[in-house]
Amino acid sequence: MDKKLEPIVKSLQDKFSATFEEFRDEVHLFVKPEQIVDALTLLRDEYNFELLSALTAVDYYPQETPRFHVVYQLTSIAKNLSVQIRVPVNGSSPKVPTATHVYDVANWRERELLDMFGIEFDGHPDPRRILSPEDMEGHPLRKDFPLGYEEPQFTFNFDEIDLRKPYAKE
Amino acid sequence: MGVEQKLGNMGVVTTTLEGVVNWSRTNAMWPMLFGLACCAIEMMSAQSSSYDMSRFGMELMRASPRQSDLMIVAGRVSKKMGPVLRRLYDQMPEPKWVIAMGDCASCGGVFNNYAIFQGVDEVVPVDVFVAGCPPRPEALIHGVMTIHEKVKGESFKQYAEKYKQTT
Ligand code: SF4
Repeated sequence: MDKKLEPIVKSLQDKFSATFEEFRDEVHLFVKPEQIVDALTLLRDEYNFELLSALTAVDYYPQETPRFHVVYQLTSIAKNLSVQIRVPVNGSSPKVPTATHVYDVANWRERELLDMFGIEFDGHPDPRRILSPEDMEGHPLRKDFPLGYEEPQFTFNFDEIDLRKPYAKE
Repeated sequence: MGVEQKLGNMGVVTTTLEGVVNWSRTNAMWPMLFGLACCAIEMMSAQSSSYDMSRFGMELMRASPRQSDLMIVAGRVSKKMGPVLRRLYDQMPEPKWVIAMGDCASCGGVFNNYAIFQGVDEVVPVDVFVAGCPPRPEALIHGVMTIHEKVKGESFKQYAEKYKQTT
C-alpha cells in the first residue's frame, strides 16, 4: 500500500468500521450501503479525492452472497492517489443511496447501473434507463440474464425458425 | 447507355413506358446513407474513386430520407436504433428499396445478443441481402446491380396492387 494512503484507510476503518482488502497495491474498502454517502463526502472534503473516476458494479452470482458489489473508484489528482470503495448489496432489487449530491458525475453512472444491473439509487433525481430502450425487460449485465437472443438458423431448422421470426411489414 | 446503337440513323427509339420509367429509376437511384458501424467504411469506399458507384448513377448519397429511394443499411441495428430506422424508412417516398449490407444487418452477425436486431428485416422489408463481414465494395455494387435487375422487372400493375394492400 502507498504510504500516503495509510492514514486515509485508518480513518475510514475507525469511522465506518470498514474492512479492507489489498491486491497488487490497490486498496478496496468495504462499507455498508447506508455509510457510502458519508464515506464519499469525507474522502472528497478531507482527503482531496476530487474525482469519481468510475462508478460501476460487479455481479458475483452464484458464487458469492451478497451478489452485487457497487464499486466507486476515486482519484485524487492533487495527491496522485486512487482508492476503491465497494458496497456489497443483495437481493433482486437492491438499494443504495445516491451519490449525485457528492459527485455530479454519478448521475449518469447510477442510471447505467440501474439499467444494466437493476440496482436502485435512493433519491436519484432522474431514475430512468440510459442505454437500453425504455420498454426493455430485465437487466442485461446480471449473470442470470439469458445470453442468446436468437437460435442460429441452419438448414435442418431453417423453416421452423423462419415461421416464428418477426418479419417487418411494408 | 447504349442508346446510340439503338438509335441508328433514324433518331427514334420505340420502347414501353414501363421500360423507360424503370430505366430512369435504376440509373438515378439515390441511396440514403445509413452507416451504422464498420460496414459503413466499405460503403464509403464503394463511393470513392477506385470503385466509384457513380458509374451506375449513384454518386449522390443523400442524408435526407425524403430525397432518396434506396436505403443501404450498413451495420448492426441496435434495439434503440430500430424505431429510428423504421421512421426514416416511412419518410422515404415510394417506390423505395432496401439493401441489408453485411452479416449484422442481414441476420445479426456475430452479435447474437439482447442489444442488436437479428436482421434488419425485423424492422423494414429488405430486398437484397449482401453477405460478408464487411462485404467488399464489389459485393455492395453487386447488391446494387441486383436491385437494379429487380427494378427493371417491376411493372405498374405490381405497384398498383401494393398500394391497394397498404391503403
Ligand atoms: S457485418 Fe461485420 S463489418 Fe459489417 S457491421 Fe457487422 S461486424 Fe461490422
